[in-house]
Parts: sequence; structure tokens; C-alpha cells
Amino acid sequence: MSRLALYRVIVIAVLIGLLEALCLAGVIDRITMPPPHRIALDLYKLLASGALNKAIAKTLGNASIAFLLALVTGVAFSALLHGHRAVRATLDPLFATYYAIPIFAFYPLLIYVFGLGDGPQIMIGFMLAVVAVIVNTLNGLDRVPPVLLKTARIHRLTRLEVARAITLPYATPYVLTGVKLAVAYALIGVIGSEFIMSRGGMGYEISFAYTSFDNATMYPLIVLTLLASIAVNGVLTRWEKTLLYRRGLR
Amino acid sequence: MIVGSGAPLRAEVRPDLVSPSTHVALRGVTKVFPGSQDRAPVHALGPVDLDLSKGEFFAVVGPSGCGKSTLLELIAGLTRATDGVVEFEGRAIHGEVPDGVGVVFQEDACLPWLNVRDNIAFSLRHATLSTAEKNGRVQGALELMGLADFAKSYPAQLSGGMRQRVCIARTLVMQPRLILLDEPFGALDQQTRLLMGDEVLRLWRETGATVFLITHALDEAAMLADRIGVMSARPGRLIDMVETSWPRERDSRIVEDARFGAITARLWKSLREESLKTLGKAAPR
Repeated sequence: MSRLALYRVIVIAVLIGLLEALCLAGVIDRITMPPPHRIALDLYKLLASGALNKAIAKTLGNASIAFLLALVTGVAFSALLHGHRAVRATLDPLFATYYAIPIFAFYPLLIYVFGLGDGPQIMIGFMLAVVAVIVNTLNGLDRVPPVLLKTARIHRLTRLEVARAITLPYATPYVLTGVKLAVAYALIGVIGSEFIMSRGGMGYEISFAYTSFDNATMYPLIVLTLLASIAVNGVLTRWEKTLLYRRGLR
Repeated sequence: MIVGSGAPLRAEVRPDLVSPSTHVALRGVTKVFPGSQDRAPVHALGPVDLDLSKGEFFAVVGPSGCGKSTLLELIAGLTRATDGVVEFEGRAIHGEVPDGVGVVFQEDACLPWLNVRDNIAFSLRHATLSTAEKNGRVQGALELMGLADFAKSYPAQLSGGMRQRVCIARTLVMQPRLILLDEPFGALDQQTRLLMGDEVLRLWRETGATVFLITHALDEAAMLADRIGVMSARPGRLIDMVETSWPRERDSRIVEDARFGAITARLWKSLREESLKTLGKAAPR
């Protein structure tokens, strides 16, 4: 384990320990929040019983679809947009202020367009995730050294080949930054929309548990969401490290 | 023997006068970069007239910003001439890179996500060769450039000189008939530059390609080239032509030759006033 990873574990352990102590001492009352060891036990029970497997699968499945859509669309759109300065200049202010838009407000409109199924939830996740991919991919494409573009011309590559063989591979570490954000946004989007209006999924279960004072379900599900996000992020960070190391950037 | 007119080599567009051994021909080539609302047009180059013979090693020296790289990009087809004609093997180049031309740039053009072998093989992605032939060419280039032991290394794990060798190897596997070198050793230390010069001379002899070298180092030009064109300050024109008359079998030890000093002195004499112009100073009398 690297020193940095060790520090991270120590910080997390200290925070959990502090929370545990505050809960056990009654500073945080048990109705508001159970101690972390209790949450861990409840999570184990929840997963072992399989009672919420369907809800977990629905949420993670929809978040994965939203994320993949955002990744493919975001990267392809950025590659196209990068060559069109005027369109880029027009859209840049929108990208800069995009996250000020309350995307969840579009939920009724999306239900009208996509119906009452999972479509609107996936769209919310997609809409939240895609701009993170676009902004970071464009950032990477902007940094491609001119000499590599000249090299592409010397090899007489078509525009599609330039994107596939030169610019997108160069931009990959930047795309990965967007991908890491997109994973979190897709998850937030899907869970958030399930929270507002749905009859299934982790968001719905959290919301239901919240209104029923069911802490034994609500907190474990929140922790599970966090763990899923951390796991994906960890894999991506590892991949990013390998890429950066190969390029002499870390 | 040093031959130089000291005058611009302006010639009329007379294709009938182009010698059969001429590999590259430039006639009245001019490049003007268009201005914009707050910037006047820049007359970067020309007019330039030049013939490169097949298998010749030609070098261009000139003050900073005189249009040397623009000249190379015109020959490579990376940019279009505002006026005049650039021909390669009798065909006019119209801003498109012709088949048979390889370029090595000053900047590191290695693809950082590919290892050395894949970087070199990158040039053969469109080649209509069998996999065995492609592998053979790549292996040959790896060995020729002394990179065989580093085939699986990534560019970031190599020194600047080795990365430049990867770029040269990537150009060589294309088996270009014309190799354009844009200050390829500019970022290297003096000893590495001399040794890389030896490598380039060896490759030039072995491939029989025509080599067009841009450099700011007078000694490098004098050591490597058969003929050296001296360019004026912007707009760059050829103001002198120096023939070195070195034997084809030569290496960096040519710097010990008594004529080497005379050649570099001649180049500097032609170039000094132009360099001072670039710095905005008049040459002291």
C-alpha cells in the first residue's frame, strides 16, 4: 500500500471512529443516525436477505446505461465539435453554466416524452453526466500538440482516423477525468429521479425508508451507493495512473 | 571546393529546363500569411527557386523566423504556396502530402500511448504489405536505429535522442524517397547531435533518399550536406549556395578536415548580416 493510500485509510478510519464515538455517546441520537457499525451490519443483512436486490440491480443498471450513453455521446460529440470553432464558441458558455440548470426540473417533460418507465431516469442521469465528459474531452483535445496533427497529415489520415488514432488517444487521460465525474453524476441522476417519482430502485427505497423512519434501510443504501461509486472510481483511477505513468506524467 | 554565387537564385518557370535528375523543384515559391483585422499580412517566404537532385543531401540555414520551416512545409505539402510551384518527382504539390515523403520534426512526435515498436509500425498502418513484411520492416528499422532492446519501452522511458531516433525509424519504415528533417536535433546536446548526424549520414547512404535538412547550426549543415542554401531574414530567400564537395562516405570526423572551417566561415559570412537584421541591428563596418 502506498503512503498516500495509507493516509486515506487512516483519515477515513478516524472519521468513522469519531462518528461511532459521537453516536455511542449519544451526541448524535440513534433515531437520527445509527452508529457506523450498526449501518455496516444492516447493510450486510440487507444484501444477505436479497430483499432489495431488484432495486439495487435496477438502479445500478440504469446508471450504467446513462453513463455509457454519456460516454459514447460525449466523446463523439466532442470529437465532432472540436473541429468547428464557431459552434464551439457558441456552446462554450452553455457548458460553463450547465450545472446551474436544475436538470431534475425537466423530469415531468421527460416523463411526457419517454413515458413512465426507466427512460426518464436514464435521461436525467445521462443529461447530468454527458457535459462532464464533453468538457473534459474538449480540454484534452485542445492540448494535442500541433506536431502530432502534422504527423497525422504526413501519414495522410482521414478526419475519422485522426480522431481514432491521434487526438482521442492523446486526450484519454482527460476523458478519464470526465468519466470519473460522469459515473458519479449518472448515479446521482438516476437515484435522484427515483427519489422524486418512481416505484422502484435504490432512490425509491431510500425515499420510502426516509419517510418511514426506517434507518436500518436508508443508511445502508446510502452507504451502498457510496461504495459503488468508490469502487468504479477506484478502478478508473488505477487505469488513469497506468496511462499517466506510461506517458511519464506521474 | 566552395562554390557560391552570393546572389539569389531566381529563375523563370521553365519546366523544360528541369533536369531529369531533379527530384524536387521550386519555382518562384512565395508564402504570404494573410492578415486579420488587427494584424497585417506577413510575407514569410520567397520568391524561392531551388532544384534538389535525386539522392542529394541538401541543408538550409538561416536566421530565426526567416521561413525555413515554412519552406519545408511547402515541400512536404503541409501548406500551400501563395505563389509559385513546388514539384516532387515531376508532380506539382498542392497542399497535400505526396506519397514517398517522410518528415522528421524538431518537436517530439512520438505517440506517447504506443510503445516504440507500435510507434514505428504506425507508419505502415495503410501499407499494402503482409503482416510478416510489416514486422520485418519494423524490426529492420529498430535494429538500424539501435532501438531493438527498447521495442517494448514507452517514449516517456527514453531519452530525447532516443525518442528522436524512434521518429526517424518511423519515417524510415515508410521507405520515403524524400526525407525532410526540420531541425531534428535542435533539442539535443552537442555530442548526441554529432552522433545522430552520423546516423543520418549512414541512413542517407543506405536508403539513397534525397534529404532536405533545416538547421540553425552551421557546423551541422557543413558536416552533413552536399549543398547548403543560406536564407535571408524574412521574407526568406536563398541568398547563397555553398557546395561542400564532401565524399559520400563521411561521418562527423569530417569536422577535422581543414576545409570544414572555411565552409562554416563562408556560411557565417553570408548569414551574419541577415541575423543582425533579425535582431534589429545593423552590421558594424
